[in-house]
Parts: sequence; C-alpha cells; structure tokens
Amino acid sequence: MTQEFWRWKEYNWKDGTKDWRNARIITAGVDVGSVSSKVAIMTDGELYAHSLMRTGSDSSQSATKAINWAMEGSGLTIDKIQYVVGTGYGRVNVPFAKKSITEIACHARGANFIWGQSVRTVLDMGGQDCKAIKCDEKGKVSAFLMNDKCAAGTGRGMEVFADLLSVPIEQMGELSFAVDKEPEPVSSTCVVFAKSEALGLLRQGWSKEKVIAAYSSAMAHRVFTLLEKVGVEKDFVITGGISKNKGIAKRIENELKITALPRPDKYDPVLAGAIGAALFAKALVEKEKR
Amino acid sequence: MLANYGYKDGSGEFFITIDTDKCDGCGKCVHSCPAKVLEMVTDESDPFREIPVVAVSEEHRKKIKYSCSPCKGATCKTTQKTALPCVKSCEPVAIVHSW
Repeated sequence: MTQEFWRWKEYNWKDGTKDWRNARIITAGVDVGSVSSKVAIMTDGELYAHSLMRTGSDSSQSATKAINWAMEGSGLTIDKIQYVVGTGYGRVNVPFAKKSITEIACHARGANFIWGQSVRTVLDMGGQDCKAIKCDEKGKVSAFLMNDKCAAGTGRGMEVFADLLSVPIEQMGELSFAVDKEPEPVSSTCVVFAKSEALGLLRQGWSKEKVIAAYSSAMAHRVFTLLEKVGVEKDFVITGGISKNKGIAKRIENELKITALPRPDKYDPVLAGAIGAALFAKALVEKEKR
Repeated sequence: MLANYGYKDGSGEFFITIDTDKCDGCGKCVHSCPAKVLEMVTDESDPFREIPVVAVSEEHRKKIKYSCSPCKGATCKTTQKTALPCVKSCEPVAIVHSW
C-alpha cells in the first residue's frame, strides 16, 4: 500500500491514578469534527480519559467508536456516564448525547480550562473551518466569527498539501522553516487553485520546503484577516488540529505581533472542544440536581 | 455575545452581526425578512439561555450577499443600513449588517 501522508496519529489516554468508581459526577464531551472525533471523559471536573480518532463517513458510528475507545480497559460503560454533551460539526448525530452545544461555546470553555482564566481570544483551526472566538474570564463567548465557506486555512487544506508534496503531515510545520528566506505566499486562497499553483512552483524548481513555507504563510495571512475582524486581545491561544503545526502558529503570531500561550504538556489543544463539552455537561448535571 | 454570520471573499465582507445579549427573542425580524434569511433558534452556544435567539439560517450563511441584495437595492444609499426591514423591525437594535 502506498503511504498516506495526510494520516495523523490516533490515540487514547487514561489517568491511571484515578478510579471512576470514586467519582461523584461523571460526564463526557463528544466532539465530532469533520475530520476527527474527540472524546473527553471527566470525573468531578477533572480529565479522566480521552480519545482522538478519525471521523468516518458515519458520524454516529464514529462517536460511538471514539467513546468506547476512551473507556477501553477502565470498566466504565456509557450508562454510568451521567451526562453526555455532543459538539462539533456532527453534534446532532451523537446518539447517546443528551444535549448538543456549538463547538464555539465548547472551545472557549475548554480553552479556559486548559490555559486558565486569562484567555481572551481563541483561534480554533479545525479540519473544515476556522473560528475566531473571544471570551471572558469564565470562558463565556463574547464574540465569534466562523469561516466555513472554503477550505483555505483549515486542516483539510494542509492534508491536501501533505499529500501533494509527499510529506507526512506532522512534519509540515518543521519543514516550513527549512528555507533561507521566507518566500512570497502563494497567491490563491482557494486550496484547489493553491494546489495547482504549488505544482507550477515545483516545476519551476522550487524546493518542497519553499512551497510549504509559501503555503503556510498564505494560510496564516488568511486566518489573520479573520482574527482582525473580531479583534485580538491577549491572552491568545490556538486550538484544533492545526495548533500542532508550528509553521502556521508561528506565522500567525508574526502577523498579529502577539505570541500565543505555549501548548500545555498536560492537555492536547485538539481536545479543547471535547473538554468544554464535558464541562458544560457537568454544569448541566449540577443544574438538574438543584 | 456578538454572533457574526457570513463570510469574507474576493468581492468583500458580508456579515450580519447579532448581539444575542440584546435580542429578546420577539421574532419580529424573522417575519420582516422577505428572503427568510433569519430564524428563531434555541441558542446552541449558550446552554443556559432560556429564551430563543435569532440566527442566520444555515441555508443562507454562505450566500447572504445574494440573499440580502433585494433589500439592499431597494433602500436609499444614505440610510441603507438602518432602513433594512430586519434592522428596522428590531427594537433593541440587535442586528447590524457589515455591508
């Protein structure tokens, strides 16, 4: 089989030091994105287990698979989870979710949990769209803007380029820095056109690294214009799959002249939406009890 | 919360901004819009909100430049934005057009 360069690593994790049987409130957030499905299971407001998987063609099946993978080996079953909130693109297709909440609210809430109360601007760079979110110290959204009209500035666009250049997607960020001088960004914002433009550049003798750099800065600029519209305030953070791409993150920081808070060791920023959903689920359980 | 619905493309910026804190859920704007761009929904971005809120419908989000153009053409340039049926019908001034 040929190598699939766009394929990123799926994984699950469990906090071995905790036992869900001792928890008072068990909630879960299921974030079914267009490209990946994320599940976060929380016990009393602390992260207990999570999983990250590729979303298949059937979103409800992907949601079930992802939650089962997160629970694997813990003895925990869906019926023991008091409240499940669905979020993301496929949020209405989560069969075991009691409620669905937009990923906008969940990412803000999740970022507030991951980085702390100082977060004011969240940039969620997802698989299929890109969102600029502003929030207050409680993680409540005060303004948002979403671009889902085209794939420019999204993970899907990056996947297309990884495949075109035969570079594993995890290495795209690193390689984009391997140029002597930052090249002009590719002029097309559309991914399909950018792809043909990149092919032309390769034929002219550009190195792969140079093409990646040119595409990365075009992507960063596109996202920058989106952020400009809502206005960026410190502290600024990036969530979603693209947050793992240093080449993009760095270029956005350069345009904004604001440094994003560094990626925490403890939590994967890709999980922000799922964590936010699980936290909302906890708040909803508490509201029901009252 | 300022909810920006719309997009930016090669031809310009097209956003309808709804201030959900101002929106009281009356629904007058929904009836005022001849293109049926607006709809009342339960706020999926705020699970604790109890009253409905207005939103740009999924169907129109990616083409509001065209959906809104009949109203834009019919109103006088100088008073354009405030004369739009949706903007005019909203007493708490929760709806703003960017173009």
